[in-house]
Amino acid sequence: MMKKIKNMSDTNMLLTITIVIFFAMYIGAILFLGEGFLKPQTFLSILNANAALIITSCGMSIVMITGGIDISVGGVVALVSMCSAVYLDQKGGSIGGAILISLAIGLAFGIVQGYLVAYLDIQPFIVSLAGMFFARGMTTIVNNKPFNVANEAFVKLKDTRVIVPGLGSYNRLGKYIDAYVEIGVVVALIIVVLLFVLLRWGKLGRHFYAVGGNQQSALMLGINVKRTKFLSHLLCSLLAGIGGFVYFLHVGSGSPSHAMGMEMNAIASSIIGGTMLTGGVGNIIGTLFGVLSLSTIQNIVSSAGFDEAWWTGITIAAMLCLFLVIQSVVMARKKKALAKQ
Amino acid sequence: MGNTDVKKTKDAGFLSKIVHQQLFIPIAALLILAVFNLIADPSFFKITMGVSSTGDPVLSGYLITILDYGSELAILAIGMTLVTAASGGQDISVGAAIAIAGSVILRVLCGTNSRPDELQTSVFVAFIVACLVAMLFGAFNGILVAHFKIQPMVATLILYTAGRSIAAWINNNELPIISEPSFSYYGGFIPGIPIPTPFFIAIICVIIIALVLKFTNLGLYTQAVGINEKSSRLNGINPVFIKFLSFVILGLCVAVVGLIKVSRFSTINYSVIAKDIEMDAILAVALGGNALSGGKFNMAASILGAYVIQFLTTTLYKFDVQSDALPAYKAVVVIILVVLSAPSVRAKLSQLGKKRHVKEVA
Amino acid sequence: MSNKTILEMKNINKSFPGVRALQGVDFKLCQGEIHALMGENGAGKSTLIKVLTGVYGKDEGQIFVDGSDKEASIHSPQDAQRVGISTVYQEITLCPNLSVAENMYIGRSAGAGTNWKKMNEDAEKLLQSLDIPAKATQQLASCSIAVQQMVAIARAVDMDCKILILDEPTSSLDEQEVEKLFGLMRDLKARGVGIIFVTHFLDQVYEVCDKITVLRDGKLVGEYEIKDLPRVKLVAKMLGKELDDMSDIRSEQKPYDGKDAGEVVFEAEGLYSDAGIKPFDFNIKKGEVNGFTGLLGSGRSECVRAIFGADRVLGGKVKKNGKTVKITKPLDAMKNGIAYLPEDRKNDGIIGDLSVRDNIIFASQVLRGFFKPYSKAEANKFAEEYIKLLDIKTASADTPIKSLSGGNQQKVILARWLMTHPEYLILDEPTRGIDIGTKIDIQKLVLKLASEGMSITFISSETDEMLRTCSRMVVMRDRKVVGELSGDDLTQNKIMSTIAGGEK
Repeated sequence: MMKKIKNMSDTNMLLTITIVIFFAMYIGAILFLGEGFLKPQTFLSILNANAALIITSCGMSIVMITGGIDISVGGVVALVSMCSAVYLDQKGGSIGGAILISLAIGLAFGIVQGYLVAYLDIQPFIVSLAGMFFARGMTTIVNNKPFNVANEAFVKLKDTRVIVPGLGSYNRLGKYIDAYVEIGVVVALIIVVLLFVLLRWGKLGRHFYAVGGNQQSALMLGINVKRTKFLSHLLCSLLAGIGGFVYFLHVGSGSPSHAMGMEMNAIASSIIGGTMLTGGVGNIIGTLFGVLSLSTIQNIVSSAGFDEAWWTGITIAAMLCLFLVIQSVVMARKKKALAKQ
Repeated sequence: MGNTDVKKTKDAGFLSKIVHQQLFIPIAALLILAVFNLIADPSFFKITMGVSSTGDPVLSGYLITILDYGSELAILAIGMTLVTAASGGQDISVGAAIAIAGSVILRVLCGTNSRPDELQTSVFVAFIVACLVAMLFGAFNGILVAHFKIQPMVATLILYTAGRSIAAWINNNELPIISEPSFSYYGGFIPGIPIPTPFFIAIICVIIIALVLKFTNLGLYTQAVGINEKSSRLNGINPVFIKFLSFVILGLCVAVVGLIKVSRFSTINYSVIAKDIEMDAILAVALGGNALSGGKFNMAASILGAYVIQFLTTTLYKFDVQSDALPAYKAVVVIILVVLSAPSVRAKLSQLGKKRHVKEVA
Repeated sequence: MSNKTILEMKNINKSFPGVRALQGVDFKLCQGEIHALMGENGAGKSTLIKVLTGVYGKDEGQIFVDGSDKEASIHSPQDAQRVGISTVYQEITLCPNLSVAENMYIGRSAGAGTNWKKMNEDAEKLLQSLDIPAKATQQLASCSIAVQQMVAIARAVDMDCKILILDEPTSSLDEQEVEKLFGLMRDLKARGVGIIFVTHFLDQVYEVCDKITVLRDGKLVGEYEIKDLPRVKLVAKMLGKELDDMSDIRSEQKPYDGKDAGEVVFEAEGLYSDAGIKPFDFNIKKGEVNGFTGLLGSGRSECVRAIFGADRVLGGKVKKNGKTVKITKPLDAMKNGIAYLPEDRKNDGIIGDLSVRDNIIFASQVLRGFFKPYSKAEANKFAEEYIKLLDIKTASADTPIKSLSGGNQQKVILARWLMTHPEYLILDEPTRGIDIGTKIDIQKLVLKLASEGMSITFISSETDEMLRTCSRMVVMRDRKVVGELSGDDLTQNKIMSTIAGGEK
């Protein structure tokens, strides 16, 4: 058993820890907080509320695997929802156009940030810090008040429910209620699958790992390190753009205060999902579970009667702290075991 | 002919020497901002006599504002510089930690009553308690970074996320208000002195850190640990302790700023107090030309950087930039500064300069 | 051996700020030839290799590959790979977080996809054919350094390269592994690959190479057939002078008679640490120079690191003048008058961005205490004193140490420890990777310090060097002390046989 653990790749080991903890937590919630968590819809609602976070966290994981970080994603999400909202409210605003705008904003951030990080060798933290400032500021400049959208086509799309067969339940009156997810969840899951394949088997994906593992070596192995770093940031911002639209689709409005602190949730999810900040280690499935763990624990906290807003912050922080320490202890143990070999 | 050549080379040497001085960046940025304001609206530099909340005559004007708010930043920049140098990362929880320190001060001063008629203890006692608490949280960050070897930015993300909640929890989410006028001296004006108190507090802090750097090996040890941790250990230093210490010192700085912040308003708004100040503090360090990846540092440059950042903020306010939109403009400035100081860009620029120089000589 | 030229470098020039690293260097490599590239540190070997592999751009000159009369354009490691040049570096340049197979194939194929099954099978086959003890799907980080090195070579081998550059590949391999590598090199040679072999080990050059090109101070000294250039001449060419100095040092050493050395100063009893060494006993007398010898990885460094408290000590005692002293961290050892110059100068020794001055006063400063910094004047005085004493070549005491040459960096570290006036000085590979001139300086200094009463432990991979300096040697094998030699037993043969174990 010990030997098996030792030979496990870092990525797989951290992933296993995450999944085990998630299930333990969910089962714990069912046991101690009762029926609510047993209903499939409770779980699906968690997905509905966090589809955008899943998408942005995936982007964050990619950047972190490549050895960088991007704290501008929350700002980009806010900017995208504001721009989409303002555009859709105009005459002739179409959903297709809004999607294009979202992608364009994501791309623009990706190109600029990626260029600065990869080709000018500026620290990703500082670059994306400026990116975050810029996106937040621009959101206010576009419109400084919350902005609701009444566009009919959009509202229809927003309220579209994708029925999940077989998971429905009966309400108190004995009426069967279908379980459903929103469109955003479908988009998120497709993205998760695509990215999983890319990172696990795709060439670019492996280059992300290589660059994150040892940049100098990756260069010597003939990998175009600059381009790889550039693409990781591009992909992250693009995903933030998509995430922004999905977020917008969920809330149906634009506001300067949207997605506040989302970058922190995305980083936390990635870390809980087993992505190492030092780069080279991480997994998209882990990130998905990271988001789920994070939002489940928030749900648990509020169900357990700690309703006050500050508890959310404290629990996320406690969770992050726990996982960081686990990561660091596990890795240190493993290193020691190897050294003894 | 030969003479002019020699002179030119000398000039070039002199110029490059200046450009390579660490203080060059903040000073150049300060000059650019000053000239910009001078051209756009010279009234920026006007200092008038105003009246403080206590009715005493005090100086007022944009420059005084910079002196006032820049001082908070300068105090933070001291701790941030040490953390950056020793750990090669930054503490992004300082804003949240300031909220905690401020909350502690109010809690100690008010006791259970959120609108006390008189203070429960002296401000000094409250401040000491806040120092202890802030240092404790600094120690928490320090342990995560130094002992568990977690990247500073991520380790401090924990407190960043939880800090404001903890601050609210300390006062049961109530908003204590202090009516005692003497409490407002620390963030405002001491009667009879027309210069804002934070500036004096900053000076005291700067003097203390200057003395510490001169009469202890803090500077040498911190830099050595930041540059080469393994080697430092083999020379008898305990890198874990040095990193830990840098976070505790930052905690102390946080407590001082916390006092100034709550004193300014005599109350606290948990979600707004010291918002985004971590970004400004980090920028101050970067603007001072210190490598954000740790190692060598220049304290004076960081402190100057802090005032320059505040200069920028105030300039933007002056041009009626909405406070929420402010970050967008700041971001552009930041990117320009960072790009210009990026090693690769600098190398290219100096090459360009050289080529032109060669051409001239030819 | 065919005489077809597959690589020709003509009139290569390369400058760095302040240094002309290469001046008009020519280099020629034929098919099926193992060609040694020799030179002291700073001769320009690494720069030449880096120009050839596209890591550095050249200022001037031409490179022709494969007999083509068109200049090859090499601007990046990828370009070099494309024209058939592969490199294996001294430091492992692979990604530890990827699998062995991935490390062999990543960055090579065009196109977006990878055929994983085929890749793993190919890798497995290649590993087997080269007799490398690793699995294709294993994470590289879980392999030993030697295996990682061999994976790097396997990668290069598999790239069908015409030109293989081995940049000091043997420095982290043990004897058997080196033999295996040589087998591999001969195999490749038979297949017509041209190999450029950079190494510090003269024996290895004469064992496998056909030709030698010698560089000195960034200039070409000449190209020689191996049979035309005996060792002594090679060393002379590298140094640009005859080797009188070497013989001097031998005559300076007093013959060891066992009585000359004084009382035992430091001793270790049953000491072992978490670095995996078996408990060992050891002692050193006043004014004695002794050493640890053994193959790389035999635990030489780990023993002295345990004495210095650099690794976590798990058991045993260290005694000073017969009294047990508690050493749990380097500072304890320093307070007891022990100084340790570590093996890995770059990572454990220098503090790169700090000035030469700060690097010199560093250890004494730490000993003096946190609250007692040296004044600027004092620091300058000490720095100047030691720069002069050890003849350290630096622009000024303010120069960052990282911009000094390897030999001078080592002298700075030596100065740092001398300044603490230790009773017992441990030198772990003080002469590795530095030029011969400085090597001799250091050896002389060791003998001089010992004659003044300092106890010194000297560790080196070069037995010659140890024989010249040590009067007693502890021999190690497999992390265990297996013998101690002194007096008449102290000969090359005796050491070899003790290391090998058993047979005389």
